[in-house]
Formats: sequence, structure tokens, C-alpha cells
Amino acid sequence: MLIKIPAPSACKENQVTDEKIYHQRRAIIKSLGFMGAASLLHTSKASAFNLFGDDEKTVFATSALDYSPAKHYVTDDIYTPEDKVINYNNFYEFGTGKSDPVANAQGFKVDPWHLTIDGMVEKPITLGYDDLFKKLALEERIYRLRCVEAWSMVIPWIGFSLADLIKQAQPLSGAKYVAFETLYDPKQMPGQRSRFSGGGIDYPYVEGLRIDEAMHPLAFMAVGLYGKTLPPQNGAPIRLVVPWKYGFKSIKSITRIKLTDKKPPTTWNLLGANEYGFYANVNPEVDHPRWTQASERRITTGGLFNQSRIPTQMFNGYDEVAPLYKNLDLRRNY
Amino acid sequence: MAFRLNHKYIIALKVVIHLAAFIPLLYTFYLASIDQLSADPVKALLHFTGISAFNLLLLSLLVSPLAKQLRQALLINVRRLLGLYAFAYALCHFLVYIFFELQLNWTLLLSEIIKRPYITVGFAALLILTALALTSTKTIQRKLKTKWQKLHNWVYLAVLLVALHFIWSVKSDITEPLIYWAMSLILLSQRKDKLKQWWQKRKRQGQASKSTS
Repeated sequence: MLIKIPAPSACKENQVTDEKIYHQRRAIIKSLGFMGAASLLHTSKASAFNLFGDDEKTVFATSALDYSPAKHYVTDDIYTPEDKVINYNNFYEFGTGKSDPVANAQGFKVDPWHLTIDGMVEKPITLGYDDLFKKLALEERIYRLRCVEAWSMVIPWIGFSLADLIKQAQPLSGAKYVAFETLYDPKQMPGQRSRFSGGGIDYPYVEGLRIDEAMHPLAFMAVGLYGKTLPPQNGAPIRLVVPWKYGFKSIKSITRIKLTDKKPPTTWNLLGANEYGFYANVNPEVDHPRWTQASERRITTGGLFNQSRIPTQMFNGYDEVAPLYKNLDLRRNY
Repeated sequence: MAFRLNHKYIIALKVVIHLAAFIPLLYTFYLASIDQLSADPVKALLHFTGISAFNLLLLSLLVSPLAKQLRQALLINVRRLLGLYAFAYALCHFLVYIFFELQLNWTLLLSEIIKRPYITVGFAALLILTALALTSTKTIQRKLKTKWQKLHNWVYLAVLLVALHFIWSVKSDITEPLIYWAMSLILLSQRKDKLKQWWQKRKRQGQASKSTS
């Protein structure tokens, strides 16, 4: 057996190897990956391959909020752990993979921010960043979130009702719809830079509600979750939450709310009208053309063996909105 | 004298394939079971097993063109192993779907296979791969003689079905499925003579049966 005793004067490896080259070893190991091209494409999806990744980026700083704890809007459902809520997101502006937003959004700037409410209103207003947290009293609400992809979460949001916000601008009686718009800033949002990285969407992302839907007490503007301000991947600094509709209606990082008398275009409807309607109410009776909407997988704690498939409820269990649609054929108006 | 792969290299290559295919599968299932595989381990497992099965299938189709190009006849010996791993991953993909996505809801499974075109074609591809895996032993190959090659030509259909399954399953961004379509078509184009022959033979047979009737 050869035991090598280096002379005290001998160079150590880190003295002769340039640190840059030393760090390339990870790149080499990565590129040797058996799954080849796909492992490069898929580092975000199969975290088994993140083994060699150095993902120690700075995390977006959230801050604690002052709010009244949930009283009216509570549920017996088990909450989705915070860690899952903030690491598993659809926010194509930051990439189409579920873990792309958390990876690409940490440098997102939310202050200064401008949220304008205009269109058919008496008094157009613009809220700055601080106004978002001060203009209206903050309350907590526990809502179920049902994604159109047939998974769901239970999330404690913090914010205020959309109706209270809209009332600040004094809507005109002719206003029939409310149109929402996400920030358009390709410098900060890599998905907006090309059709390839952003899932083929024409940005900015737009959404809309009928005015009576928007004024319903359940419609909520969230500025925080789990007691703190929103992280960017969840739609900082302010987003919509309409719990009786599929998740894509709950538009994120909003810069403009416009009241109008015409039905506004909505992003996913433009992308595939036969799959995504304007209303997008959670409805177990109307399947997505490519998958069933009769049941969903609830994301809670535990691994593979704790995933529970539960029946999907009409309006995601929020029956109080049913009167809004009593004269509407929900099969045709999906 | 040019370099020739001998049996020792083939064995080494097979060992590498075993390690590279089996360990990630095991490890990914382990991560999913301890809840360390994204917030939705079921979806992550489905994606991982699905895309890996496709990769392995493409690799198995790369073997014979590569062996021809590089004049390494022995290389063909790793093809079956790659094909079997492609089948194993595809089977895991299906089992994850049944056990964890649908949670053993058999009626739902049946209706989904019938109602959803992307699941229908995926399932058809799995059936083909199953038939190929079951007939992959040397003994059966010898027994089936020329029929064996005919049967195993079905892999060309399987790869097209898998590519279709992939592109139909994504929500909006089809860049990646298109890359896979391109790879599949390039690999199939390597067999264009064979496919042409088969097509002409079918045409002739069609004409022959027409004229006799």
C-alpha cells in the first residue's frame, strides 16, 4: 500500500487549481448526466437531478403583516404547508415549470408599485406600494384554490375584499365588467421575453370578471399569505383570489383594474377557447376536454402515499355564488 | 486497424446502462415517498418516468444507426437492454398514474383511456412496448424467426404514438414536444429504406387483393 506523505512545501490542490475550473466540475458532472438533453431541460421538474445544482440564491424578503385573523372565512380542510404554497406555482411570466417561478422571481422588484383603478369610474385612483397595505384594513381568509389542472391547495391569504377596493374609485352604473392586467416588464419577467419561454402567451396576462362577480364578498385581493407579504412567485405585491373559479382567473402582480361595459379578453381563453372559458367556474360536471374535472388531488403534507384524491365540489364548495349564475347555462358558459 | 468494441466493452457499457437507468428511478421514487420531490410528487414522478421512458426509447432507436455508422456490430447488443428499460419506465409511468394519480379508481381509468385521446395513444404505445418486451428473449426471437423482426418493427409506430401522447398532454408550450418530434423523425428517417419497402409491399398486396376480387 502506498501512503503518500506530501512534503510540507508541496502545493495543495486548491493552490494549483483555479477556483473557476474547480467549480466547473459540477457542470461536467451535469453534462455527463445519462438523461442527456432532457435532464438539462428538466432540472426543474425532476429535482432528483438537482443533486449537483448550486441553488443558493438570495431569497426575496417578505415581511410580517398586521391583520385580523380569519373569522368568517375559515375551513376544516387541512392547510397546504407554506413551503408547498410558495414552491409550486403556475406563473408563466417566470417560466412554465412549476418550480420555475420560485427559481426565477427572487429578484423581482415590487416597490415602487402602481396599481391603477380606472375606466368607467367616478374617481380613478392609483395606489402606491405602501397604500396596498394601508388603504384598507387587512384580514385573513382561508380559501381553497382549485387549479384547472385538477390539483388543489388550502391557503391562508391576507388582504381585503375586491368590492371594497373598487368602491374607492366609485364605479359608474354603466360598468358591467372588470378587467385586470398583470405587470408587463420583460426585463424582470423572463417569460415575457419570447413566446418560447412564456408558454406561447401574448403578454401582458389579462383577466376579467363580471361586475357582480367582482363585487361579491368572496372576491378577494391578497397582499399576503401565511402572515407575511406575498413572495413574487405567488403574485407579489397584490393579486386577485376568486376561490370559486379555476386558479388561472386569480391573476397575479396586478398593475391595472379597469371597469368597462364590454366583456374583456382573458388570457387562457385567447389561448384555447374550447378548453378555457371566460367564466371558468369550478364545475365537476364539465370536464376539461383532455382530463376530468370531477375530482382533484389535494396537495397537503406527506409524500407519494399521502396524496389524496377528493371529489371536486360545484363552485369549489362556495355555494353562496350560485345565485350569480341562476340564468346561465354553465355547460355552455364554462 | 480501427478500434473495435469487444465483448468486454459491451459488458462494461451494459453495467453503465444498468446503473444510469436503475439508480435514478429508485432514487426518484425514494424522494417522492419522503415528500422531497416538489410539492406534487405524483406529477413530478409522472413527468420523470414519462420523459425518461421516451429518452430511453429514442436511445434504443439510436443503437442500430450508430452501429452501422461507426462499424461497431457488437454495439447492437445493448439495444435490448435500452428497450427493456424504456418499457420499465413506461410501465412505472402507467403504474404511477393508476396508483397515485387516479388512486385505483378503475372506472375512471377506463373512461379516461377511452375518452382522452392523449391517454388512448399513450396506452396503445404501452401495449406495443409490452408485446416487444415479452418477446425480447433470445429463445422467442429464434422461435419467431422472420416474424420477430416484423413484430419489432412496431416500435416505429410506438415512438410516433409516444410523441403524440407528449404533444397532446402539454397545456400550452409545445417547444419541448416539438424537439422530441424532431428527434423521433430523424431516427425514423434513418430507416427510410425499410419503411419505403414496407409501404411498397403493402401497396402491391393491396393491388393484388383488389385484382383478385
